[in-house]
Amino acid sequence: MSLLSVLWFFLVFVLIAGYFILDGFDLGAGILYPFIARSDSDKMIIRRAIGPVWDGNEVWLLTAGGALFAAFPDAYATTFSGFYLAIMLVLFALIVRAVSFEFWAADSKWRKVWDVCFFLGSLLPALLFGVAVGNIIEGIPMDAAGNYIGVPLFGLITSFTLMTGLLGLAMFIAAGACWIALKAPIDSELHARVASIRMPMQIVVFALFAITTLMVFLGFAGVTESVEELAAARWLFAVLFVAALVVAIVFSRKSSGDLVSFISQSVAAFCLVGLLATTMFPSLVNASVGNPITIASAGSSELSLFCMTVILCIGLPLVLVYHFIIYRTFRGRVEVPQAA
Amino acid sequence: MDQVLLSRMQFALTAGYHFIFVPLSIGIGLLMAIFVTKAYRSKSASDEALAHMWVKIFTGTFAIGVATGITMEFSFGTNWANYSRFVGDIFGAPLAAEALFAFFLESIFLGMLLFGRKKIKPSFYVASAWLVFFGSALSALWILIANSWMQTPAGAVLSDDGKEAVITDFFAAAFNPSTLPRYFHTVLSLIVMGSFVVIAVAAWYMHKEKHLSAASAMMKLGCIVGVVGTVFLLVAAHSSAVEVWEEQPSKMAMMEGMYETEVPGLAIAGVVDESAQDASTLSIPGGTSFLATGTWDTAYPGLNDIADMDKYSDIVVSEMPVNFVFQTYHLMVAMFGLICIVLVLALVFGRKKLVEQKGGLAKMKWLQWVLIISPIFPFLAIQTGWLTAEVGRQPYVVYPSVTGPDGVFMLTENGSSPSVQTFELVITMVLFFAVYVLLFIGWARVIGRFVSEGPVAEGDESSVVVIEEFAAEAASSSNDIASNVEAEAIIEQKTDYDDKGEE
Repeated sequence: MSLLSVLWFFLVFVLIAGYFILDGFDLGAGILYPFIARSDSDKMIIRRAIGPVWDGNEVWLLTAGGALFAAFPDAYATTFSGFYLAIMLVLFALIVRAVSFEFWAADSKWRKVWDVCFFLGSLLPALLFGVAVGNIIEGIPMDAAGNYIGVPLFGLITSFTLMTGLLGLAMFIAAGACWIALKAPIDSELHARVASIRMPMQIVVFALFAITTLMVFLGFAGVTESVEELAAARWLFAVLFVAALVVAIVFSRKSSGDLVSFISQSVAAFCLVGLLATTMFPSLVNASVGNPITIASAGSSELSLFCMTVILCIGLPLVLVYHFIIYRTFRGRVEVPQAA
Repeated sequence: MDQVLLSRMQFALTAGYHFIFVPLSIGIGLLMAIFVTKAYRSKSASDEALAHMWVKIFTGTFAIGVATGITMEFSFGTNWANYSRFVGDIFGAPLAAEALFAFFLESIFLGMLLFGRKKIKPSFYVASAWLVFFGSALSALWILIANSWMQTPAGAVLSDDGKEAVITDFFAAAFNPSTLPRYFHTVLSLIVMGSFVVIAVAAWYMHKEKHLSAASAMMKLGCIVGVVGTVFLLVAAHSSAVEVWEEQPSKMAMMEGMYETEVPGLAIAGVVDESAQDASTLSIPGGTSFLATGTWDTAYPGLNDIADMDKYSDIVVSEMPVNFVFQTYHLMVAMFGLICIVLVLALVFGRKKLVEQKGGLAKMKWLQWVLIISPIFPFLAIQTGWLTAEVGRQPYVVYPSVTGPDGVFMLTENGSSPSVQTFELVITMVLFFAVYVLLFIGWARVIGRFVSEGPVAEGDESSVVVIEEFAAEAASSSNDIASNVEAEAIIEQKTDYDDKGEE
């Protein structure tokens, strides 16, 4: 286990956190969309709030996938092939969702079709990502070569993975509510509606987190052996997660707290991924049968990781600049279209 | 049906479909960026309308390219797990780099193009158009680096346990012998594709006798880009063929239908009888030998001799898809011929002088129809070219090229995912089919609408102009995103009204 491979273990999780925070809010907005949009102008506001940024947000997933492939090929191969049908459902969802944005705007007769695609395309990934994470924590049955040998799709659903799926889903929805509240016109009905969903959703997150944590301690998540050295970091992330969530809940109660609420919701998302990473370390995929896939067993060669590090050092600053530009350009609230 | 064959079919389906929209978006992307730049320079309303139409066509197409591209990145892990384990040390880095360097660039500046027209400085809007094109061309570079490494591995060795390829030299791996020829061959063919789409739309307007000044501007730019692209394409295609002749003997033998060692002729057309191991062709004797080496009498090994070599001992000659590769390769070449003919016709009869004095292309209905259907030629050339490249490398997924490192190769049948079962592949195949058909219909509706609306601010559809002006006024009176929303809401109301009118 070299220094570079440890670095890349955490970098993969940083990329996942980037995805969870950024695409988190636009997937969440997509799930809320049919429930909070009562008119075409509401729909327009929601689509405008995420339209310019969702595509860049989604690239975080592709980057995390690519980084996992490059840094830990065995973990990439095992999870993507082992979770085959689940991954494919996520894929179909992301595909129809991606095209629904522009086709909705350009094809008024087919709006209903693209509305459905947008909703389902947001819901499925938001639920299934959490289920996948639950599985890598709880452990999956693998043969000697690291191939999943359990029941396809349904074998991935246990009480624990269902709970992590719901926790993930609730996080996505809460983030979506925070973002729409931040972008919707301050005195619109849409803002009032979404603000009233926000706090209850965050309380649901809190409850699901408590249940999930309890399940881990009660052994529902299999025998997880987290390393002692990171115990302090785990506690730190757990406490920070709770603290950030509390701040989010407090500020979610008043409409002037939209920004603080969104930021603390995002901090909570980051801490949750941090907690996951420090719990998993040094394992990438736990095993219920066979050997876990670890940094040592799955890591790429030193040279490969070094090249990746150089690529990241050049690429990441550029990526951050692009994000700064786009979020700055489209800052502020969307306003109600008068004509509609 | 067996799992490897199903996985191959799935990859062929998804990659082939993805590669309908990638050529369109990269090709159209260049012309769109030029239209946008031209409108920025001239500031004329008609140029702006034309640029805006192409931005809409581009973004509508780009969306599908992005969406179906996710499939490709996932598919290595989902369907080709053993392959991913074998090549991950080398193959993963270009994919991650593609996401970091290219996908972010494309997607973020696409957001600018879509939503920023009235919000950002015009010069920044122009820059965004170029950055999106540049990002997509960069994306093509990284994915071709990855694919070329599968064709001609370099900069790697087989690990001690023989289970994986390990990188030894990043630049040697990235710029392996086939990367650059194949990159230029591919990207130039995509640009030719884009120029043909622009030519076809121009011809459509000439046929309908509307938007004529826009049509002539499009015809001109399409022809210029098409001709320049085709000339360079010839050079790139040749160097890419030379690479195959030097590095991939079994692919070369299949392309020419050669079972026995001989001096390869330049076949124009023919058919290969695989059971009799015989190719009947109409060909120029020694032609391919001349193209490859400059001499008319250099012999190249046939499949039977190649299969006797240690390096290619996995080849079973009777199972090689020789006729398929022969046909796809020659179809590609034939399509290139048609591309050249179309361009010559468009140039000769589309000359401004001729059109103004005698009508030329403007009066030649048959030639307009030829141009309208002409994008099918580069489209077929691109698809058959890729089929040649990918089927021609069988039975290997990582090809043991002539200069490739010892032991760094993999048979396709060993690359799939052991944990994925046949019924799962059948389910996803059906879903892919359904989703991709839906996408295609949705895309055709949207693009058809953009084209039939045309570059509207041109004058004949005055109602739209009025509405756009009103929208622009509304935009200038407010200084937030609302401007855009309002403008679009108003225009949409107008179009909705039109739709109802039609019904």
